[in-house]
Amino acid sequence: MSASISLTHNKYYSWCRNNLFSSWINGIITILSIYFIYEVSSFFLNWTIFEADFVNNFRGEKITDRTFCSKNIEPGQHGACWAIIIVRFHQFVYGFYPVEEAWRVNLVYGLLPFALVGIFFDNLPFRKYFIYFTFLFPFIGYFLLYGGAGLDVVGTSKWGGLLVTLFLGVTGILLAFPLSIILALGRRSKMPVIKTICIIFIEFIRGVPLITLLFTANVMLPLFLPDGVRPDNLLRALVAVTLFQSAYMAEAIRGGLQAIPKGQLEAAQSLGLTYWQSTRKIILPQALKISIPPIVNTCIGLFKDTSLVLIIGLFDLLGVGRAAVSDIDWAKLHYEVYVFISLVFFIFCFGMSRYSLYLEKKLKTDNS
Amino acid sequence: MTEQVIQLEKVNKWYDDFHVLKDIDLFVEKGQRIVICGPSGSGKSTMIRCINRLEAHQKGKIVVHGTELTNDLKNIDLIRKNVGMVFQQFNLFPHLSVLDNIALAPIWVKKMPKKEAEEIAMSYLEKVKIPEQAEKFPGQLSGGQQQRVAIARSLAMNPDIMLFDEPTSALDPEMIKEVLDVMIQLAEEGMTMLVVTHEMGFAKTVADQMIFMDEGRIVEQAKPDEFFNNPKSDRTKLFLSQILNH
Amino acid sequence: MSNSFLRKLIFDEKIRSLVVQTLIIGIFALIIYLITQQTAYNLEKRGIGTGFGFLNMSAGYDISIRLIPYTSESTHFRAYLVGLINTLMISICGCFLATILGFLVGIIRLSSNWLFRNIAYVYVEFTRNVPVLLQIILYYTILLYLPKIKQALVLFDTFYITNRGIYSPAPIFKDGFSIVAWSFVVAIIFSIFLKKYLKKKQEKSGNQYPIFYINSALIIFTPIIFYYIMDMPLDFDHPILKGFNFKGGMVVRPEFMGMLLGLSIYTAAFISETVRSGIISVSKGQREASQALGLKNNLVLRLIVIPQALRVIIPPLTSQYLNLTKNSSLGIAIGYADLVHGFGGISLNQTGKAIEIMSMVMVTYLTISLTISLFMNIYNKSVQFKGNA
Repeated sequence: MSASISLTHNKYYSWCRNNLFSSWINGIITILSIYFIYEVSSFFLNWTIFEADFVNNFRGEKITDRTFCSKNIEPGQHGACWAIIIVRFHQFVYGFYPVEEAWRVNLVYGLLPFALVGIFFDNLPFRKYFIYFTFLFPFIGYFLLYGGAGLDVVGTSKWGGLLVTLFLGVTGILLAFPLSIILALGRRSKMPVIKTICIIFIEFIRGVPLITLLFTANVMLPLFLPDGVRPDNLLRALVAVTLFQSAYMAEAIRGGLQAIPKGQLEAAQSLGLTYWQSTRKIILPQALKISIPPIVNTCIGLFKDTSLVLIIGLFDLLGVGRAAVSDIDWAKLHYEVYVFISLVFFIFCFGMSRYSLYLEKKLKTDNS
Repeated sequence: MTEQVIQLEKVNKWYDDFHVLKDIDLFVEKGQRIVICGPSGSGKSTMIRCINRLEAHQKGKIVVHGTELTNDLKNIDLIRKNVGMVFQQFNLFPHLSVLDNIALAPIWVKKMPKKEAEEIAMSYLEKVKIPEQAEKFPGQLSGGQQQRVAIARSLAMNPDIMLFDEPTSALDPEMIKEVLDVMIQLAEEGMTMLVVTHEMGFAKTVADQMIFMDEGRIVEQAKPDEFFNNPKSDRTKLFLSQILNH
Repeated sequence: MSNSFLRKLIFDEKIRSLVVQTLIIGIFALIIYLITQQTAYNLEKRGIGTGFGFLNMSAGYDISIRLIPYTSESTHFRAYLVGLINTLMISICGCFLATILGFLVGIIRLSSNWLFRNIAYVYVEFTRNVPVLLQIILYYTILLYLPKIKQALVLFDTFYITNRGIYSPAPIFKDGFSIVAWSFVVAIIFSIFLKKYLKKKQEKSGNQYPIFYINSALIIFTPIIFYYIMDMPLDFDHPILKGFNFKGGMVVRPEFMGMLLGLSIYTAAFISETVRSGIISVSKGQREASQALGLKNNLVLRLIVIPQALRVIIPPLTSQYLNLTKNSSLGIAIGYADLVHGFGGISLNQTGKAIEIMSMVMVTYLTISLTISLFMNIYNKSVQFKGNA
């Protein structure tokens, strides 16, 4: 008796009833969905894991080029040939960076979380010191990567893969941030000249595709500068990316500024605080807090957009991938490379968007 | 002769085409408590907001404590240091604790050392009777408590003049008294106060001058006795009948 | 004397802001002057003149995808026009597809079926977190694996699907076709007036007329009737396999298809989120109130939910359209001949006139962006709730 009651009142059963089989149509959709998921995931899992080669092919031979891949020896029978990723792993992560110096890049990768953690987490002990490190990090990072006193110089043309993607993304965001605050404040300024300049800049950058800015930086920058000053390609791209990001971030911050009630500024002013004091201590802290979710969204967009630099000949992660696919030894292993790169981007971007959701929830509960 | 701390002479203000203050003449002596009332849109808030330059007047002269209020930023800063303002919406800073709210201006405007500023802040918190809330944040306080913190915040700058812009209009009825009590105490200590309010009970207790404004003009100005019992203008009579009868 | 003047300069609010602004204008003017000087010097050194005369010179390269006549003899300006049309074409098609797909997925995300809506969720999250360039390249790569021409996949005996494109019959418009086209236009205009007239009648009498069905029938059947009246003035030029290629007919290139798939699928993911939050934003109370009044479900949707949801959806939807249009510039990566690829890429490399060409390209995109924003603002103002502070 109690068994039959517990079946109908079982929470799993009632969940299934409500969410999967609440009506005839729903039931059919559920069955079709299950079938669809089964087909897709079994195909995908087979291809990526169960029937795939990693280091050796199905005969046990080490895979040194495409012809050794199982699917080339026995077409139609086997899955992905991941050897291309494994063999060329160094290129994907470091580009053409000399292997002996790779420890420097590893050091930068290792320090990166420490540089970012100060921005992301409010309740960190000794947060102040982490933030100082955040501002020092670009210089430390650049020195480690490029070289100079004591370290061998590794020109930016040798950087590639994930290194370039992270370099452009992180440095672009860090440099764009102060610029975007100035733009956002300037756009709300009462002085018409400042306001107009900021509006023109922001609307111009937001109205053109990033690729045109990259072309402009690439082709026009040498024309603007005197002879002898030849900024290298990566830095030109960095300039374009930074300006691009600053305009979008400025709009996100402007949203936050608009949400602050006018009374805050009035209260601060009536206490005798100057404009800059009020902005710095009262308005900006509140505005930035509110704007962090849209700011993180612009950062996700930027991270994805760094892939555009392959069009101007720089070898970011996607660029390295494309080069790998055109390599005669490994030609036509498109799907392996693209799936791998998609996965890397997905991990970073999805992680950032999860963080942004976490922040939004936290802000809601903070403010209620 | 008690000195005049605020002088408004023929002050006029326009919002675009709308003439919001018309030939305002107002003279406030030290220690006076002036209550300003009138229908909404009469310009009462605008008038007191002109005194600390939250709004700018286009014609006429405003002099506060001997300093004339013009476009000169140094003068504006000086006046704001000496004039405190309490808002209808409290306008506490939500991201700072109560204590930090009060200590902020003394630290950054008067350049006081932090410890000293915090001691002063605590003393004013005690004065408004909520010292135990020092570490809380504004969002955690009731409306009446928030407004009292706002008063303490202005007092911490040691102003000579306090302006109140409808300080109790946004409060639930049961919290109005605690704020009015603080204001009465201030009045008894001799603070020069300009209060825009609808609280006529408070006005009768504390005011030594009543001002009625309508459509941008000061229609009547008199001592409370005369004002309530023997108003001269018809408009004043109408307003009083509306406000005193519910 | 000079003391108080100086004091005014620094401390008077109005004068200070004037001084600051004049200084800023001055600094900008100086920077612009320096840059112009340097650029002129550099251009001279490299023997590149300035000026837009190059637009009249022959471009010397071919463009494979084009809607207007173009040969390698055509001028650079013509190349610009071809590129512009290609950009507009892919953007319009992309926005159209993305909207349909986006709305569908958005509604699926609100389904009561847990499995169904989470499949859509997986699609949205994967698509949004991978760069659009990668997706475009991926789809293009897949399209290149379609069968070769000799082993073309045949659809309905008329369409040939190959890795060089989809070959389909090209319409040939004979003499009477313009009348059919005009009949279509007239039917649309008539249906607008009919709708107004029927609505007035409905308001007067309370009778409900199936306006939607009447108008749809009108718009669909009128041109069809005229088509037969005019003796079927439409012929088709079928693609015929001759040797290694198809002759005749028209072809949709894999570059175009790759861009279309990449752009639409990517943008649809973002649109679906916009649609979903727009519909959610219409509070439950609205639905409940209208149901309590006795309105049937489809009317609740049509009269209450969708108008309010649209107000919230349109602004971000427009910015997604803008993003798609800007992303069309990625065509250069797979060889789609958009504005940046041909004019901005090849013409620029050949003539070296970087400044002129890049300015033209950027101004073109700016104009498109500002036009779309303008229309959005006009629409937004017209649907604002009266009384919003």
